[in-house]
Amino acid sequence: MAVPLVIAESLTKRFDDITAVDSVDFEIHPGESFGFLGPNGAGKTSTMRMIATVSPVTSGTLSVFGLDPAADGRQIRGRLGVVPQEDNLDLELTVAENLYIYGRYHDMARPKIKEKIEELLDFAELTARRDSQVETLSGGMKRRLTIARALINEPDLVILDEPTTGLDPQARHLLWDRLYRLKQQGATLIISTHYMDEAEQLCDRLVVMDKAKIVAEGSPRALIDEYAPREVVELRIHNGMEAAIEQLVKLAPRIEPLADRVLVYTDDADRTLKEVHDQGIVTDSALVRRSTLEDVFLRLTGRALID
Amino acid sequence: MAVAAPIRVLEAQYRTYRRTWRGSVISTFLQPVLFLTAIGVGLGTLVDDGAGTSTLPIAYLAFLATGILPATAMQTGSSDGAWPVMAGFKWRKDYYATIATPITVRDLILGRFGFAAIRLTFVLTIYTIIMALFDAVPLWPGVLGIPPAVLTGLAFTALVTAYTCTLENEIGLANLFRFGIVPLFLFSGTFFPVSQLPDWLEPLAPLTPLYHGVELVRKLVLSDLEAPLVSSTSMWVHLAYLVVVLVIGTALAVRFLDRKLLV
Repeated sequence: MAVPLVIAESLTKRFDDITAVDSVDFEIHPGESFGFLGPNGAGKTSTMRMIATVSPVTSGTLSVFGLDPAADGRQIRGRLGVVPQEDNLDLELTVAENLYIYGRYHDMARPKIKEKIEELLDFAELTARRDSQVETLSGGMKRRLTIARALINEPDLVILDEPTTGLDPQARHLLWDRLYRLKQQGATLIISTHYMDEAEQLCDRLVVMDKAKIVAEGSPRALIDEYAPREVVELRIHNGMEAAIEQLVKLAPRIEPLADRVLVYTDDADRTLKEVHDQGIVTDSALVRRSTLEDVFLRLTGRALID
Repeated sequence: MAVAAPIRVLEAQYRTYRRTWRGSVISTFLQPVLFLTAIGVGLGTLVDDGAGTSTLPIAYLAFLATGILPATAMQTGSSDGAWPVMAGFKWRKDYYATIATPITVRDLILGRFGFAAIRLTFVLTIYTIIMALFDAVPLWPGVLGIPPAVLTGLAFTALVTAYTCTLENEIGLANLFRFGIVPLFLFSGTFFPVSQLPDWLEPLAPLTPLYHGVELVRKLVLSDLEAPLVSSTSMWVHLAYLVVVLVIGTALAVRFLDRKLLV
Protein backbone atom coordinates (compact mmCIF):
# COMPACT_ATOMS: atom_id res chain seq x y z
CA MET A 1 0.00 0.00 0.00
CA ALA A 2 1.18 3.53 -0.75
CA VAL A 3 2.63 5.69 2.01
CA PRO A 4 -0.18 7.40 3.98
CA LEU A 5 -0.65 11.13 3.36
CA VAL A 6 -1.60 11.74 6.97
CA ILE A 7 -0.52 9.77 10.01
CA ALA A 8 -1.80 10.67 13.47
CA GLU A 9 -0.61 8.89 16.60
CA SER A 10 -2.04 9.72 20.03
CA LEU A 11 -2.91 13.08 18.53
CA THR A 12 -4.23 15.40 21.24
CA LYS A 13 -5.48 18.98 21.31
CA ARG A 14 -6.23 20.83 24.53
CA PHE A 15 -7.60 24.33 25.02
CA ASP A 16 -6.98 25.49 28.59
CA ASP A 17 -9.04 22.93 30.51
CA ILE A 18 -10.98 21.45 27.57
CA THR A 19 -9.65 18.45 25.69
CA ALA A 20 -10.95 18.85 22.13
CA VAL A 21 -9.12 15.88 20.64
CA ASP A 22 -8.11 13.07 22.98
CA SER A 23 -5.32 10.81 21.80
CA VAL A 24 -6.66 9.75 18.41
CA ASP A 25 -4.92 7.52 15.86
CA PHE A 26 -5.68 7.35 12.18
CA GLU A 27 -4.08 7.15 8.73
CA ILE A 28 -5.31 8.65 5.50
CA HIS A 29 -4.19 7.08 2.25
CA PRO A 30 -3.76 8.60 -1.21
CA GLY A 31 -6.88 8.49 -3.35
CA GLU A 32 -9.29 7.72 -0.56
CA SER A 33 -12.13 9.80 0.71
CA PHE A 34 -11.84 9.83 4.47
CA GLY A 35 -14.57 11.02 6.83
CA PHE A 36 -14.86 12.30 10.38
CA LEU A 37 -18.42 11.65 11.45
CA GLY A 38 -19.69 12.98 14.75
CA PRO A 39 -21.93 15.53 16.41
CA ASN A 40 -20.96 19.18 16.91
CA GLY A 41 -18.16 19.49 19.44
CA ALA A 42 -16.83 15.97 18.87
CA GLY A 43 -13.39 17.29 17.86
CA LYS A 44 -13.70 17.01 14.07
CA THR A 45 -12.82 20.63 13.29
CA SER A 46 -9.95 20.70 15.78
CA THR A 47 -8.47 17.59 14.17
CA MET A 48 -8.77 19.05 10.68
CA ARG A 49 -7.27 22.37 11.75
CA MET A 50 -4.24 20.51 13.05
CA ILE A 51 -3.87 18.69 9.72
CA ALA A 52 -4.20 22.05 7.94
CA THR A 53 -1.27 23.30 10.09
CA VAL A 54 -3.24 26.22 11.52
CA SER A 55 -3.58 24.77 15.00
CA PRO A 56 -0.55 23.61 17.01
CA VAL A 57 -0.58 19.99 18.17
CA THR A 58 -0.73 19.72 21.99
CA SER A 59 0.75 16.22 22.17
CA GLY A 60 1.15 13.07 20.14
CA THR A 61 2.49 13.08 16.60
CA LEU A 62 1.06 14.18 13.30
CA SER A 63 2.66 13.94 9.91
CA VAL A 64 1.20 15.35 6.70
CA PHE A 65 2.87 14.33 3.41
CA GLY A 66 5.59 12.94 5.67
CA LEU A 67 6.29 16.47 6.94
CA ASP A 68 5.93 18.05 10.37
CA PRO A 69 3.10 20.63 10.58
CA ALA A 70 4.97 22.63 13.21
CA ALA A 71 8.13 23.02 11.13
CA ASP A 72 6.99 22.70 7.50
CA GLY A 73 3.61 24.44 7.62
CA ARG A 74 4.23 26.57 4.55
CA GLN A 75 5.27 23.59 2.45
CA ILE A 76 2.34 21.45 3.62
CA ARG A 77 -0.23 24.21 3.01
CA GLY A 78 1.09 24.62 -0.52
CA ARG A 79 -0.18 21.10 -1.26
CA LEU A 80 -3.48 21.38 0.60
CA GLY A 81 -6.89 22.67 -0.41
CA VAL A 82 -8.96 23.86 2.55
CA VAL A 83 -12.73 24.39 2.58
CA PRO A 84 -13.60 25.87 5.98
CA GLN A 85 -16.90 25.43 7.76
CA GLU A 86 -17.76 29.10 7.29
CA ASP A 87 -17.22 30.69 3.89
CA ASN A 88 -14.51 33.32 4.14
CA LEU A 89 -14.54 34.64 0.61
CA ASP A 90 -13.73 38.24 -0.22
CA LEU A 91 -17.27 39.57 -0.68
CA GLU A 92 -16.27 42.77 -2.42
CA LEU A 93 -14.34 41.01 -5.15
CA THR A 94 -15.72 39.11 -8.10
CA VAL A 95 -15.86 35.35 -8.40
CA ALA A 96 -12.85 35.25 -10.72
CA GLU A 97 -10.86 37.69 -8.57
CA ASN A 98 -11.32 35.51 -5.51
CA LEU A 99 -9.81 32.61 -7.40
CA TYR A 100 -7.04 34.78 -8.79
CA ILE A 101 -5.93 36.08 -5.39
CA TYR A 102 -5.83 32.58 -4.01
CA GLY A 103 -3.70 31.49 -6.94
CA ARG A 104 -1.31 34.31 -6.12
CA TYR A 105 -1.19 33.32 -2.46
CA HIS A 106 -0.03 29.96 -3.77
CA ASP A 107 2.61 31.75 -5.83
CA MET A 108 1.27 30.44 -9.13
CA ALA A 109 2.22 32.14 -12.36
CA ARG A 110 -0.50 34.40 -13.82
CA PRO A 111 -1.08 32.46 -17.09
CA LYS A 112 -1.43 29.23 -15.12
CA ILE A 113 -3.93 30.87 -12.73
CA LYS A 114 -5.99 32.19 -15.66
CA GLU A 115 -6.15 28.71 -17.15
CA LYS A 116 -7.15 27.14 -13.81
CA ILE A 117 -9.83 29.79 -13.24
CA GLU A 118 -11.67 28.81 -16.43
CA GLU A 119 -11.45 25.15 -15.56
CA LEU A 120 -12.69 25.68 -11.98
CA LEU A 121 -15.50 28.04 -12.96
CA ASP A 122 -16.72 25.29 -15.24
CA PHE A 123 -16.36 22.68 -12.51
CA ALA A 124 -18.27 24.82 -10.01
CA GLU A 125 -20.88 25.82 -12.60
CA LEU A 126 -20.08 29.47 -12.01
CA THR A 127 -18.86 30.47 -15.48
CA ALA A 128 -21.89 32.70 -16.00
CA ARG A 129 -21.13 34.47 -12.72
CA ARG A 130 -17.41 34.95 -13.20
CA ASP A 131 -17.60 38.75 -12.96
CA SER A 132 -20.33 38.93 -10.32
CA GLN A 133 -19.47 40.33 -6.93
CA VAL A 134 -19.40 37.45 -4.44
CA GLU A 135 -21.86 39.27 -2.16
CA THR A 136 -24.60 38.68 -4.75
CA LEU A 137 -24.19 34.88 -4.90
CA SER A 138 -26.53 32.39 -3.26
CA GLY A 139 -25.33 30.24 -0.36
CA GLY A 140 -24.82 27.23 -2.61
CA MET A 141 -22.83 29.24 -5.16
CA LYS A 142 -20.59 30.69 -2.44
CA ARG A 143 -19.95 27.19 -1.17
CA ARG A 144 -19.05 25.97 -4.66
CA LEU A 145 -16.74 28.95 -5.09
CA THR A 146 -15.05 28.17 -1.78
CA ILE A 147 -14.45 24.64 -3.03
CA ALA A 148 -13.19 25.88 -6.39
CA ARG A 149 -10.86 28.26 -4.56
CA ALA A 150 -9.45 25.34 -2.54
CA LEU A 151 -8.64 23.53 -5.80
CA ILE A 152 -6.73 26.35 -7.50
CA ASN A 153 -3.31 24.93 -6.53
CA GLU A 154 -4.19 21.40 -7.69
CA PRO A 155 -3.89 20.11 -4.12
CA ASP A 156 -2.80 16.58 -3.22
CA LEU A 157 -5.25 16.60 -0.32
CA VAL A 158 -8.53 18.49 0.05
CA ILE A 159 -9.91 19.17 3.52
CA LEU A 160 -13.64 19.89 3.69
CA ASP A 161 -15.10 20.88 7.05
CA GLU A 162 -18.87 20.36 7.06
CA PRO A 163 -19.13 21.13 3.35
CA THR A 164 -22.92 21.20 3.09
CA THR A 165 -24.01 22.51 6.49
CA GLY A 166 -26.59 25.23 6.09
CA LEU A 167 -27.43 24.48 2.45
CA ASP A 168 -30.88 23.63 1.13
CA PRO A 169 -31.38 20.06 -0.19
CA GLN A 170 -31.04 21.01 -3.85
CA ALA A 171 -27.78 22.89 -3.28
CA ARG A 172 -26.50 19.98 -1.19
CA HIS A 173 -27.13 17.48 -3.95
CA LEU A 174 -25.38 19.63 -6.52
CA LEU A 175 -22.42 19.95 -4.16
CA TRP A 176 -22.31 16.21 -3.52
CA ASP A 177 -22.31 15.67 -7.24
CA ARG A 178 -19.27 17.96 -7.59
CA LEU A 179 -17.43 16.28 -4.72
CA TYR A 180 -18.23 12.89 -6.16
CA ARG A 181 -16.68 13.98 -9.46
CA LEU A 182 -13.61 15.15 -7.62
CA LYS A 183 -13.38 11.74 -5.97
CA GLN A 184 -13.70 10.03 -9.35
CA GLN A 185 -10.76 12.08 -10.59
CA GLY A 186 -8.66 10.47 -7.86
CA ALA A 187 -8.47 13.32 -5.37
CA THR A 188 -7.83 12.52 -1.72
CA LEU A 189 -10.54 14.06 0.40
CA ILE A 190 -10.97 14.54 4.14
CA ILE A 191 -14.56 15.36 4.99
CA SER A 192 -16.05 16.14 8.37
CA THR A 193 -19.79 15.96 8.73
CA HIS A 194 -22.59 15.36 11.17
CA TYR A 195 -24.85 14.17 8.35
CA MET A 196 -24.84 10.42 8.10
CA ASP A 197 -26.19 10.48 4.55
CA GLU A 198 -23.29 12.71 3.50
CA ALA A 199 -20.79 10.34 5.11
CA GLU A 200 -22.44 7.34 3.40
CA GLN A 201 -22.45 9.01 0.01
CA LEU A 202 -18.95 10.47 -0.01
CA CYS A 203 -16.68 8.50 2.30
CA ASP A 204 -14.80 5.33 1.46
CA ARG A 205 -13.69 5.05 5.04
CA LEU A 206 -14.53 6.99 8.14
CA VAL A 207 -13.96 7.34 11.83
CA VAL A 208 -16.84 8.02 14.20
CA MET A 209 -15.90 10.68 16.74
CA ASP A 210 -17.61 11.42 19.99
CA LYS A 211 -16.45 13.52 22.94
CA ALA A 212 -12.93 14.03 21.52
CA LYS A 213 -12.32 10.33 20.89
CA ILE A 214 -12.57 7.98 17.94
CA VAL A 215 -15.16 5.34 18.83
CA ALA A 216 -15.19 3.30 15.61
CA GLU A 217 -13.49 3.08 12.24
CA GLY A 218 -14.30 1.42 8.93
CA SER A 219 -16.16 1.79 5.67
CA PRO A 220 -19.78 2.97 6.02
CA ARG A 221 -21.00 -0.50 5.00
CA ALA A 222 -18.68 -2.33 7.38
CA LEU A 223 -19.66 -0.07 10.28
CA ILE A 224 -23.34 -0.66 9.66
CA ASP A 225 -22.82 -4.39 9.38
CA GLU A 226 -20.81 -4.46 12.55
CA TYR A 227 -22.87 -2.20 14.78
CA ALA A 228 -26.45 -2.43 13.58
CA PRO A 229 -28.80 -5.22 12.51
CA ARG A 230 -29.82 -4.98 8.91
CA GLU A 231 -33.17 -3.27 9.27
CA VAL A 232 -35.05 -0.93 11.52
CA VAL A 233 -38.73 -0.64 12.30
CA GLU A 234 -39.56 2.86 13.47
CA LEU A 235 -42.72 2.92 15.53
CA ARG A 236 -44.58 6.03 16.63
CA ILE A 237 -46.66 5.29 19.66
CA HIS A 238 -48.80 7.95 21.24
CA ASN A 239 -50.49 6.13 24.07
CA GLY A 240 -49.02 3.42 26.24
CA MET A 241 -45.42 3.93 25.18
CA GLU A 242 -43.99 2.35 28.33
CA ALA A 243 -46.16 -0.76 28.17
CA ALA A 244 -45.32 -1.13 24.48
CA ILE A 245 -41.60 -0.90 25.20
CA GLU A 246 -41.84 -3.75 27.71
CA GLN A 247 -43.45 -5.93 25.07
CA LEU A 248 -41.04 -4.86 22.32
CA VAL A 249 -37.97 -5.82 24.35
CA LYS A 250 -39.11 -9.44 24.10
CA LEU A 251 -39.58 -9.25 20.33
CA ALA A 252 -36.24 -7.89 19.19
CA PRO A 253 -32.59 -8.22 20.24
CA ARG A 254 -32.28 -4.44 20.56
CA ILE A 255 -34.63 -1.51 20.75
CA GLU A 256 -33.87 2.17 21.11
CA PRO A 257 -36.59 4.33 22.68
CA LEU A 258 -36.33 7.96 21.53
CA ALA A 259 -38.38 10.96 22.58
CA ASP A 260 -41.06 10.58 19.93
CA ARG A 261 -40.60 7.05 18.64
CA VAL A 262 -39.10 3.62 19.26
CA LEU A 263 -36.50 2.05 16.95
CA VAL A 264 -36.67 -1.73 16.76
CA TYR A 265 -33.54 -3.32 15.28
CA THR A 266 -34.07 -6.59 13.47
CA ASP A 267 -32.79 -8.75 10.65
CA ASP A 268 -36.28 -9.23 9.25
CA ALA A 269 -38.41 -6.13 9.48
CA ASP A 270 -41.53 -7.60 7.94
CA ARG A 271 -41.63 -10.45 10.42
CA THR A 272 -40.98 -8.10 13.36
CA LEU A 273 -43.68 -5.72 12.21
CA LYS A 274 -46.13 -8.59 11.97
CA GLU A 275 -45.21 -9.72 15.48
CA VAL A 276 -45.73 -6.20 16.77
CA HIS A 277 -49.26 -6.20 15.42
CA ASP A 278 -49.90 -9.78 16.61
CA GLN A 279 -48.98 -8.67 20.12
CA GLY A 280 -51.70 -6.06 19.87
CA ILE A 281 -49.32 -3.09 20.22
CA VAL A 282 -51.17 -0.04 18.91
CA THR A 283 -48.93 2.21 16.81
CA ASP A 284 -49.70 5.55 15.21
CA SER A 285 -47.34 4.82 12.39
CA ALA A 286 -44.72 2.25 11.45
CA LEU A 287 -41.83 2.73 9.06
CA VAL A 288 -39.44 0.08 7.83
CA ARG A 289 -35.97 1.12 6.67
CA ARG A 290 -32.42 -0.13 6.32
CA SER A 291 -29.92 0.62 9.06
CA THR A 292 -27.75 3.68 8.52
CA LEU A 293 -24.73 5.30 10.10
CA GLU A 294 -27.16 7.19 12.30
CA ASP A 295 -28.05 3.85 13.91
CA VAL A 296 -24.38 3.02 14.26
CA PHE A 297 -23.82 6.28 16.07
CA LEU A 298 -26.82 5.73 18.30
CA ARG A 299 -25.52 2.28 19.16
CA LEU A 300 -22.01 3.53 19.94
CA THR A 301 -22.91 6.60 21.95
CA GLY A 302 -26.54 6.24 22.97
CA ARG A 303 -27.24 9.61 21.39
CA ALA A 304 -28.42 10.97 18.06
CA LEU A 305 -25.97 12.69 15.70
CA ILE A 306 -28.04 15.83 15.43
CA ASP A 307 -29.91 16.89 18.53
CA MET B 1 8.93 33.62 -11.12
CA ALA B 2 8.58 33.27 -7.38
CA VAL B 3 7.55 36.46 -5.66
CA ALA B 4 8.19 37.05 -1.95
CA ALA B 5 5.11 36.13 0.05
CA PRO B 6 4.47 39.59 1.61
CA ILE B 7 4.46 41.12 -1.87
CA ARG B 8 1.71 38.69 -2.90
CA VAL B 9 -0.35 39.80 0.09
CA LEU B 10 0.25 43.40 -0.93
CA GLU B 11 -0.98 42.60 -4.43
CA ALA B 12 -4.19 41.11 -3.01
CA GLN B 13 -4.66 44.18 -0.81
CA TYR B 14 -4.31 46.40 -3.84
CA ARG B 15 -6.91 44.39 -5.78
CA THR B 16 -9.40 44.72 -2.95
CA TYR B 17 -8.64 48.41 -2.51
CA ARG B 18 -9.22 49.02 -6.21
CA ARG B 19 -12.82 47.93 -5.64
CA THR B 20 -13.41 49.76 -2.37
CA TRP B 21 -11.38 52.99 -2.41
CA ARG B 22 -14.33 55.18 -3.33
CA GLY B 23 -15.90 54.64 0.08
CA SER B 24 -12.99 56.17 1.99
CA VAL B 25 -11.62 58.76 -0.41
CA ILE B 26 -14.03 61.59 0.39
CA SER B 27 -13.57 61.42 4.16
CA THR B 28 -9.81 61.08 3.79
CA PHE B 29 -9.46 64.36 1.90
CA LEU B 30 -12.40 66.26 3.30
CA GLN B 31 -11.11 66.30 6.84
CA PRO B 32 -7.80 68.07 6.21
CA VAL B 33 -9.53 70.51 3.87
CA LEU B 34 -12.08 71.34 6.56
CA PHE B 35 -9.34 71.84 9.15
CA LEU B 36 -7.29 74.03 6.84
CA THR B 37 -10.32 76.14 5.98
CA ALA B 38 -11.90 76.51 9.41
CA ILE B 39 -8.92 76.63 11.70
CA GLY B 40 -6.11 77.51 9.32
CA VAL B 41 -7.75 80.25 7.29
CA GLY B 42 -10.50 81.28 9.75
CA LEU B 43 -8.81 81.11 13.12
CA GLY B 44 -5.40 81.62 11.56
CA THR B 45 -6.36 85.10 10.39
CA LEU B 46 -7.14 86.06 13.99
CA VAL B 47 -3.88 84.54 15.24
CA ASP B 48 -1.80 86.31 12.63
CA ASP B 49 -3.57 89.67 13.16
CA GLY B 50 -3.40 89.56 16.94
CA ALA B 51 -0.69 88.83 19.43
CA GLY B 52 0.19 85.76 17.42
CA THR B 53 2.42 87.62 15.01
CA SER B 54 4.84 88.42 17.77
CA THR B 55 5.45 84.73 18.54
CA LEU B 56 4.95 83.08 15.13
CA PRO B 57 7.45 84.15 12.49
CA ILE B 58 5.35 82.38 9.87
CA ALA B 59 1.67 82.28 8.91
CA TYR B 60 -0.40 80.16 11.28
CA LEU B 61 -1.77 78.29 8.25
CA ALA B 62 1.74 76.97 7.49
CA PHE B 63 2.25 75.95 11.10
CA LEU B 64 -1.09 74.15 11.17
CA ALA B 65 -0.73 72.44 7.79
CA THR B 66 2.59 70.88 8.79
CA GLY B 67 0.92 69.52 11.93
CA ILE B 68 -2.19 68.23 10.18
CA LEU B 69 -0.06 66.28 7.68
CA PRO B 70 1.39 63.79 10.23
CA ALA B 71 -1.86 63.93 12.25
CA THR B 72 -3.81 62.81 9.17
CA ALA B 73 -1.22 60.09 8.68
CA MET B 74 -1.83 58.99 12.26
CA GLN B 75 -5.58 58.80 11.74
CA THR B 76 -5.38 57.01 8.41
CA GLY B 77 -2.71 54.66 9.73
CA SER B 78 -4.63 53.92 12.94
CA SER B 79 -7.89 53.22 11.12
CA ASP B 80 -6.01 50.82 8.89
CA GLY B 81 -4.89 48.84 11.91
CA ALA B 82 -8.33 48.87 13.53
CA TRP B 83 -11.54 47.88 11.71
CA PRO B 84 -10.06 46.02 8.73
CA VAL B 85 -7.97 43.92 11.12
CA MET B 86 -10.94 43.06 13.31
CA ALA B 87 -12.91 42.21 10.16
CA GLY B 88 -10.05 39.95 9.12
CA PHE B 89 -10.20 37.73 12.17
CA LYS B 90 -13.74 38.29 13.46
CA TRP B 91 -16.29 39.53 10.93
CA ARG B 92 -15.21 38.44 7.47
CA LYS B 93 -12.54 36.06 8.65
CA ASP B 94 -10.61 36.55 5.44
CA TYR B 95 -7.34 36.22 7.41
CA TYR B 96 -8.21 32.57 7.99
CA ALA B 97 -8.51 32.12 4.24
CA THR B 98 -5.14 33.77 3.70
CA ILE B 99 -3.21 31.69 6.21
CA ALA B 100 -4.71 28.45 4.88
CA THR B 101 -2.27 28.95 1.98
CA PRO B 102 1.54 29.09 2.08
CA ILE B 103 1.18 32.66 3.39
CA THR B 104 2.20 32.97 7.08
CA VAL B 105 0.92 35.43 9.67
CA ARG B 106 4.18 37.34 9.32
CA ASP B 107 3.76 37.57 5.52
CA LEU B 108 0.20 38.78 6.06
CA ILE B 109 1.26 41.55 8.45
CA LEU B 110 4.22 42.68 6.33
CA GLY B 111 2.13 42.69 3.15
CA ARG B 112 -0.60 44.69 4.84
CA PHE B 113 1.87 47.23 6.23
CA GLY B 114 3.55 47.48 2.85
CA PHE B 115 0.27 48.34 1.25
CA ALA B 116 -0.56 50.75 4.09
CA ALA B 117 2.71 52.57 3.31
CA ILE B 118 1.75 52.93 -0.35
CA ARG B 119 -1.72 54.16 0.50
CA LEU B 120 -0.36 56.65 3.06
CA THR B 121 2.10 57.98 0.49
CA PHE B 122 -0.75 58.48 -1.96
CA VAL B 123 -3.04 60.18 0.58
CA LEU B 124 -0.28 62.44 1.93
CA THR B 125 0.87 63.44 -1.53
CA ILE B 126 -2.63 64.62 -2.37
CA TYR B 127 -2.73 66.39 0.95
CA THR B 128 0.57 68.13 0.22
CA ILE B 129 -0.86 69.35 -3.09
CA ILE B 130 -3.93 70.68 -1.23
CA MET B 131 -1.57 72.47 1.21
CA ALA B 132 0.12 74.14 -1.72
CA LEU B 133 -3.24 75.14 -3.26
CA PHE B 134 -4.18 76.74 0.06
CA ASP B 135 -0.91 78.69 -0.07
CA ALA B 136 -0.03 77.10 3.25
CA VAL B 137 3.27 75.56 2.22
CA PRO B 138 4.76 75.51 -1.29
CA LEU B 139 5.23 72.10 -2.92
CA TRP B 140 8.94 72.45 -2.31
CA PRO B 141 9.87 71.97 0.49
CA GLY B 142 6.38 70.70 1.31
CA VAL B 143 7.09 67.24 -0.15
CA LEU B 144 9.89 66.77 2.38
CA GLY B 145 7.16 66.24 4.96
CA ILE B 146 5.73 63.19 3.20
CA PRO B 147 8.29 60.51 4.21
CA PRO B 148 8.27 61.33 7.95
CA ALA B 149 4.46 61.56 7.89
CA VAL B 150 4.24 58.14 6.19
CA LEU B 151 6.57 56.75 8.86
CA THR B 152 4.35 58.26 11.57
CA GLY B 153 1.23 56.72 10.01
CA LEU B 154 2.87 53.31 9.70
CA ALA B 155 4.05 53.36 13.30
CA PHE B 156 0.41 53.84 14.28
CA THR B 157 -0.77 51.11 11.90
CA ALA B 158 1.61 48.72 13.62
CA LEU B 159 0.70 49.73 17.18
CA VAL B 160 -3.04 49.74 16.52
CA THR B 161 -2.91 46.41 14.65
CA ALA B 162 -1.17 44.84 17.63
CA TYR B 163 -3.74 46.35 19.99
CA THR B 164 -6.70 45.25 17.83
CA CYS B 165 -5.40 41.67 17.85
CA THR B 166 -5.78 41.60 21.64
CA LEU B 167 -9.45 42.59 21.51
CA GLU B 168 -12.57 40.44 21.43
CA ASN B 169 -14.91 43.11 20.07
CA GLU B 170 -15.03 46.62 18.66
CA ILE B 171 -15.78 48.44 21.94
CA GLY B 172 -12.04 48.60 22.54
CA LEU B 173 -11.56 50.25 19.15
CA ALA B 174 -14.09 53.01 19.84
CA ASN B 175 -12.33 53.65 23.14
CA LEU B 176 -8.92 53.75 21.50
CA PHE B 177 -10.01 56.53 19.19
CA ARG B 178 -12.00 58.40 21.84
CA PHE B 179 -9.37 58.31 24.57
CA GLY B 180 -6.18 57.74 22.58
CA ILE B 181 -6.12 59.06 19.05
CA VAL B 182 -8.26 62.18 19.54
CA PRO B 183 -6.26 63.50 22.55
CA LEU B 184 -3.03 62.82 20.64
CA PHE B 185 -4.45 64.72 17.70
CA LEU B 186 -5.17 67.73 19.95
CA PHE B 187 -2.13 67.78 22.23
CA SER B 188 0.86 66.63 20.18
CA GLY B 189 1.69 70.03 18.78
CA THR B 190 -0.66 69.81 15.82
CA PHE B 191 -2.57 73.05 16.55
CA PHE B 192 -0.17 74.86 18.84
CA PRO B 193 3.43 74.38 19.98
CA VAL B 194 3.86 71.86 22.76
CA SER B 195 5.56 74.63 24.77
CA GLN B 196 2.09 76.13 25.23
CA LEU B 197 0.90 73.07 27.12
CA PRO B 198 0.51 73.28 30.94
CA ASP B 199 3.85 72.55 32.57
CA TRP B 200 2.76 69.15 33.91
CA LEU B 201 1.60 67.99 30.46
CA GLU B 202 4.56 69.21 28.48
CA PRO B 203 6.99 66.42 29.43
CA LEU B 204 4.40 63.84 28.36
CA ALA B 205 4.25 65.02 24.75
CA PRO B 206 7.63 63.53 23.69
CA LEU B 207 6.37 60.12 24.74
CA THR B 208 3.84 60.04 21.91
CA PRO B 209 4.79 59.04 18.37
CA LEU B 210 2.70 61.83 16.83
CA TYR B 211 4.78 64.47 18.63
CA HIS B 212 7.92 63.16 16.94
CA GLY B 213 6.16 63.00 13.59
CA VAL B 214 4.99 66.61 13.89
CA GLU B 215 8.40 67.83 15.02
CA LEU B 216 10.17 66.01 12.24
CA VAL B 217 7.83 67.33 9.53
CA ARG B 218 8.09 70.93 10.81
CA LYS B 219 11.87 70.84 11.14
CA LEU B 220 12.19 69.56 7.57
CA VAL B 221 9.57 71.75 5.92
CA LEU B 222 9.68 74.95 8.01
CA SER B 223 13.41 75.13 8.54
CA ASP B 224 13.24 78.70 9.91
CA LEU B 225 11.28 77.68 12.99
CA GLU B 226 13.15 77.81 16.27
CA ALA B 227 12.50 76.92 19.90
CA PRO B 228 10.04 77.14 21.55
CA LEU B 229 7.90 76.69 18.43
CA VAL B 230 9.77 73.48 17.77
CA SER B 231 11.99 71.61 20.21
CA SER B 232 15.77 71.69 20.00
CA THR B 233 15.90 67.90 19.81
CA SER B 234 17.85 66.43 16.88
CA MET B 235 15.84 65.18 13.91
CA TRP B 236 17.67 61.86 14.25
CA VAL B 237 16.12 61.36 17.66
CA HIS B 238 12.63 61.82 16.19
CA LEU B 239 13.43 59.47 13.35
CA ALA B 240 14.90 56.83 15.65
CA TYR B 241 11.89 57.04 17.96
CA LEU B 242 9.45 56.45 15.09
CA VAL B 243 11.49 53.60 13.65
CA VAL B 244 11.70 51.89 17.04
CA VAL B 245 7.93 52.21 17.50
CA LEU B 246 7.35 50.76 14.03
CA VAL B 247 9.65 47.80 14.63
CA ILE B 248 8.26 46.99 18.08
CA GLY B 249 4.68 47.50 16.87
CA THR B 250 5.25 45.15 13.92
CA ALA B 251 6.78 42.45 16.12
CA LEU B 252 3.85 42.69 18.54
CA ALA B 253 1.31 42.67 15.70
CA VAL B 254 2.79 39.43 14.32
CA ARG B 255 2.86 37.84 17.74
CA PHE B 256 -0.67 38.83 18.74
CA LEU B 257 -2.25 37.96 15.38
CA ASP B 258 -0.46 34.63 15.49
CA ARG B 259 -1.98 33.99 18.91
CA LYS B 260 -5.40 35.01 17.59
CA LEU B 261 -5.45 32.90 14.43
CA LEU B 262 -3.35 29.85 15.22
CA VAL B 263 -5.21 28.33 18.15
